[in-house]
Amino acid sequence: MSDVVEKTLTALPSLLSLDSQPGSAKLSSTSKLGNLIRGITELTSKHEEEKLIQRELASIKEQVSSPNTSMRQMKELMVRAIYCESLGYEASFSYIHAIKLAQQGTVLEKRVGYLAVSLFLNESHELLLLLVNTVLKDLQSTNLIEVCMALTVVSQMFPKDMIPAILPLVEEKLNHPKEIIRRKAVLALYKFYLIAPNQVQHIHNKFRKALCDKDPGVMTASLHIYLQMIQENPEGYKDLTASFVTILKQVVGGKLPMDFNYHSVPAPWLQIQLLRILSLLGKNDQSTSEIMYEVLDESLRRAEMNHNITYAILYECVKCIYTIHPKSDLLEKAAKCIGNFVLSPKINLKYLGLKALTYVVQQDPKLALQHQMTIIECLDHPDLIIKRETLELLFRITNAQNVTVIVEKMLEFLHSNTDDYTTIDLVGKVAELAEKYAPGNEWFIETMNTVFSVGGDMMQPDIPNSFLKLLSEGFDTVEEDRKLRLFAVDSYVSLLQGEPGKLPQRFLQVISWVLGEYSHLREELEPATVMRLLAKLLDMKQTSSETKSWVLLAMTKLVRAGQVFQSAQEVSETYGSSMDTVLRQRAQELQHLSQDCELRARVLPQDAGLEPLEVDSSLSFLDGFVSEALAAGAAPYKPPHQRQEELAQAKALSLEPYGLSLPISMSSCSIADRQSPTLLSMSSGLSGDSTDLSHKGSSTTLKLDGVKRVWGREGYLAQREAVEEAAQVEVPSPLRSPSQQAEADSSHSQTPTPTPTPEPDQEKQQLASSLFFGLSSQSSVCLMGKSEPTPQRFRRKAKGQASSSGAAEQISNSLVSAPSAVDNFLCNNLLDSNITSQVGISSSEQTSELSQGPATTNGTCDTEAESTDGDIKGSNPSLIIGDNGLVAADPTPHKDPGSPKDFCLSSHLPAELSELCRSEITPLCSNQSLGLSACHVHKEDSLVLVVFITNSSDAAIRQILLDLDSEQLQVSCVSDSPVEDVTSHSVAMHQFSLTVKRPSVHVEVVGMVSYQLPVGTPQEVQFSYKLPLTSFIRPLTVSTEEYGTMWLSFSHDTKQNLTLISDGEEPLTATLNVLKEKLQLHIVEIIGMEGIIACQLLRDQPCLMHCRVHADVLAVWLRSPVPDLPDCLIYHCQRALQEH
Amino acid sequence: MQFMLLFSRQGKLRLQKWYVPLSDKERKKISRDLVQTILARKPKMCSFLEWRDLKIVYKRYASLYFCCAVEDQDNELITLEIIHRYVELLDKYFGSVCELDIIFNFEKAYFILDEFLLGGEAQETSKKNVLKAIEQADLLQEVSQTPKIFT
Repeated sequence: MSDVVEKTLTALPSLLSLDSQPGSAKLSSTSKLGNLIRGITELTSKHEEEKLIQRELASIKEQVSSPNTSMRQMKELMVRAIYCESLGYEASFSYIHAIKLAQQGTVLEKRVGYLAVSLFLNESHELLLLLVNTVLKDLQSTNLIEVCMALTVVSQMFPKDMIPAILPLVEEKLNHPKEIIRRKAVLALYKFYLIAPNQVQHIHNKFRKALCDKDPGVMTASLHIYLQMIQENPEGYKDLTASFVTILKQVVGGKLPMDFNYHSVPAPWLQIQLLRILSLLGKNDQSTSEIMYEVLDESLRRAEMNHNITYAILYECVKCIYTIHPKSDLLEKAAKCIGNFVLSPKINLKYLGLKALTYVVQQDPKLALQHQMTIIECLDHPDLIIKRETLELLFRITNAQNVTVIVEKMLEFLHSNTDDYTTIDLVGKVAELAEKYAPGNEWFIETMNTVFSVGGDMMQPDIPNSFLKLLSEGFDTVEEDRKLRLFAVDSYVSLLQGEPGKLPQRFLQVISWVLGEYSHLREELEPATVMRLLAKLLDMKQTSSETKSWVLLAMTKLVRAGQVFQSAQEVSETYGSSMDTVLRQRAQELQHLSQDCELRARVLPQDAGLEPLEVDSSLSFLDGFVSEALAAGAAPYKPPHQRQEELAQAKALSLEPYGLSLPISMSSCSIADRQSPTLLSMSSGLSGDSTDLSHKGSSTTLKLDGVKRVWGREGYLAQREAVEEAAQVEVPSPLRSPSQQAEADSSHSQTPTPTPTPEPDQEKQQLASSLFFGLSSQSSVCLMGKSEPTPQRFRRKAKGQASSSGAAEQISNSLVSAPSAVDNFLCNNLLDSNITSQVGISSSEQTSELSQGPATTNGTCDTEAESTDGDIKGSNPSLIIGDNGLVAADPTPHKDPGSPKDFCLSSHLPAELSELCRSEITPLCSNQSLGLSACHVHKEDSLVLVVFITNSSDAAIRQILLDLDSEQLQVSCVSDSPVEDVTSHSVAMHQFSLTVKRPSVHVEVVGMVSYQLPVGTPQEVQFSYKLPLTSFIRPLTVSTEEYGTMWLSFSHDTKQNLTLISDGEEPLTATLNVLKEKLQLHIVEIIGMEGIIACQLLRDQPCLMHCRVHADVLAVWLRSPVPDLPDCLIYHCQRALQEH
Repeated sequence: MQFMLLFSRQGKLRLQKWYVPLSDKERKKISRDLVQTILARKPKMCSFLEWRDLKIVYKRYASLYFCCAVEDQDNELITLEIIHRYVELLDKYFGSVCELDIIFNFEKAYFILDEFLLGGEAQETSKKNVLKAIEQADLLQEVSQTPKIFT
């Protein structure tokens, strides 16, 4: 043993010298850990190491579980266990002992115990619950070090649910005499704020106290919380701007104790934190920005030393200056700074310089021009990181002139890149640029080919989707569209003739779709040739079954030429018995459609891409069928969770173990037996008697024939009209009764037929306005390729942009036919009985549920809606930069409500609205010719957003087009024919009805108004309007019984404690009344110490609340079928009580 | 900050601190990937890396690599200085620190880190104060180990 020690020591002379140094910890050269470590370093193979560690772990395990092991030995063992874990060996047996050590050890042993816990366990580990008591005890300890340790572990990892248990103790520590404790307590609260913001809502004013703490360390710690809160809601903290500026001034001026200096720079961490806060506060806010100009100038001036830390501050300063409201001389200095960074020989600074350039280039494109030589050099830099950042910069300055060069550079990088994450990102960017600025068809198709081959199956699925959409919808004249498609066909045919095995699956899918749809355009190309090429794909073993179904679909389209009947039959025979149901369905389709050309022409019309398809998402055409089914004794539809719950309730009594899996009528019978009376009452009056149950039970197949398959695994079947007919023609059912036939027919007549959209005029206007935008006097900086909607060659037609709901519901016929179709032909044999029964017995209840969320229920709709959103964002990036007249309006401004402007505008409100409760009229944005204001009016069953357009110029403004969009809201225009022209000095009004798509504490509508002055080019102004969720909340009047049933069926819930209000009245009633008054809730009943409340979010999105008084707090439990709604509502409850 | 890793030139992990909840498997995968990526980089290259959606800031001191993962909007240079300050703290505490100090006394290295960064944010940037806090705790160790001297 001793010679091992000696060997190590001689090999490591530095170790010996350490022992004599003051303050150095002694190396535990003789300890067991020391031996272990040395033992491992001497080993040569991984295998030996594993053996040694396993031996070690076995011995540790034995000792920790022995009752004779003292806590001091335990500490030593624990260190060894940590070491083994850090080498990657599992020592989970020691976790519980780590907790024990933290619990029972003396201070030092505790320290190791806590360390082990924080290294071994993560936030969600169940053993962590055992630590809560220990933490509680230590937080109350009189020993400072114990308190520190507890606070450290708490801010390191603590289970979210247990925060309320320790919160009061941590809060208390904010007043501790020792600054180190106060500081750690603030940071612990910061951590709580991050993981559960609701929990620390009530201590916001204590944060203010921490901000004013006499110790700069505590103040610095509180800034973390402020940065976070200001990020979420900059409006709420504008009043603190002056304080932050003062603090920064003092720091920069060297007023802090020397301790806070870092390499003789005063408190750099604090400075950077403050600069980040200031940039958030000053963004889009001129008056706030003006407060900070001076101190920013000072910071720039002081940071002169040549050291990393001053560069860090400078960089943050520059970012701040470019984020807040611009000031020219500061911008100039900042630009010089960026120049110094970019030109620096130090690679880190160069990188940051490029990053800063990327950040500012949209505002100041000249800066990029100044440094173009450096940028070119960086493009060939050996460090990929620099190259990558340069490409990012180039991406931002791309325009129609330079697109080919830039895309070439990007593709070059892609070819040499190996990192998936970068590939996905860059491929998306190339596709975006290609779509936007492509100089020609050939270039576009070739670039997209590279994108698909390089991006492979990793890239974002919306790239191929939007590419196909672009091809099918066209972008230009009919002739140009045809040329583009032709070129694509040619290019793909030659690709398939090459080595298709090398192409990624996604690309093959795109190719098959295009060939199926457009190969007929190339007249000299024989369909048989295409068929052969496609068949080759089917035979390759690496082709996935998803791709195969695309191929089969393409073949189905090709058979319209007629000559390829034979090969189609062969293929459909091969795959007609495939195990993959989708594939099998496609094969069936191919077979049937190749035989019946009349039907085919209806199902797959040629060049149908432009026809929008109207979707009746409420499934109203099924109403008749549903009522008939109910009359015939089918059970009403119940959502899955309700069924499950009932099943759970009924379990104890049920004598039918297979109740739910029985065929439809049997199960309906058993469910009906278990129904509670309330449920029966919910199930519409249609459910008639069920006398012939036995008969129905024996003939499930008969029933199925009438069922139209509208709902499949992949979502709602948009194409149902055509397919339905196909199903009926192809699979005539001898069993169908005449009445059912009639019913089916009548449902056809109800199905809405595609109607031409009334938008072509608006479309042209929009196109024109974006085409000529670059020439308008406003845009002096035409290099800003990305920040303005410059003429896009491949601009997608603005179909359905007028309202987001429209976009979601219009689906291009041919696109849907490809990926999301379902097994219509298989409904006779392959359907699983559960699905059928759901569809068959769907009552009007289900229908209403569907109409609420068409976007979420239909996969295809969904992506489409998203890509439309993306479009809007992409063409207006200034939303992000927040320039160009984008003004964020707060719906509750602190303005004099009786201001003359408000009065004058309110007189324009229509009579039916002016009576109702409404918000103040808030100015949104204005310029010399036109001003926009808005308010929202609370109607009983809806929320109406009224936008006023004031013409302040001397001429009439024409062709006004107002376009609103929101992530959280559904916006639809109320007026049938929106005002388009406003004469001089008058006001026009637009009304929009808003409903909530996705609840959020605050919701926001962004919009754009485009208009035309008599002289000059079309103009655009952007704005945004924020409103609290409470505007959408209405009372929900239900009885206690109804409440009970609803409560059980809701799946999203949240619990929280609220403070009680006690001003004279009985606290529970008083509190609930405040909530009722402020949030428009309905108090269903108050029984003793409990109360139940109901409300709904417009429209028909209920939320229930159960309150119980516990000691002096109100324990609240919220439930709703809508995710996030309980959380948002609890936030507003807290706010309401706080404000009271 | 999301996490901090210390590893040797041979790719051996010496210290790891995670400020975001991740499963053991993810942690292992991340550290393996990162160690590989960073070790492959040449000495004169940039200290910053874009990796997945994170920004990696790393620096080599003698045989040890210090590596931090921060969010995209964080300041890379100040993160570099966080690493540097941590090294200074270790240096002061151990007295001209070397890799072996950290191997043999890794728990001390963790204690210093916890006193310097809390929940991923710099809590105390004054060298003196951090060491004071550590030494106070260490002093207790002396007392409890050699109580007879004081009696």
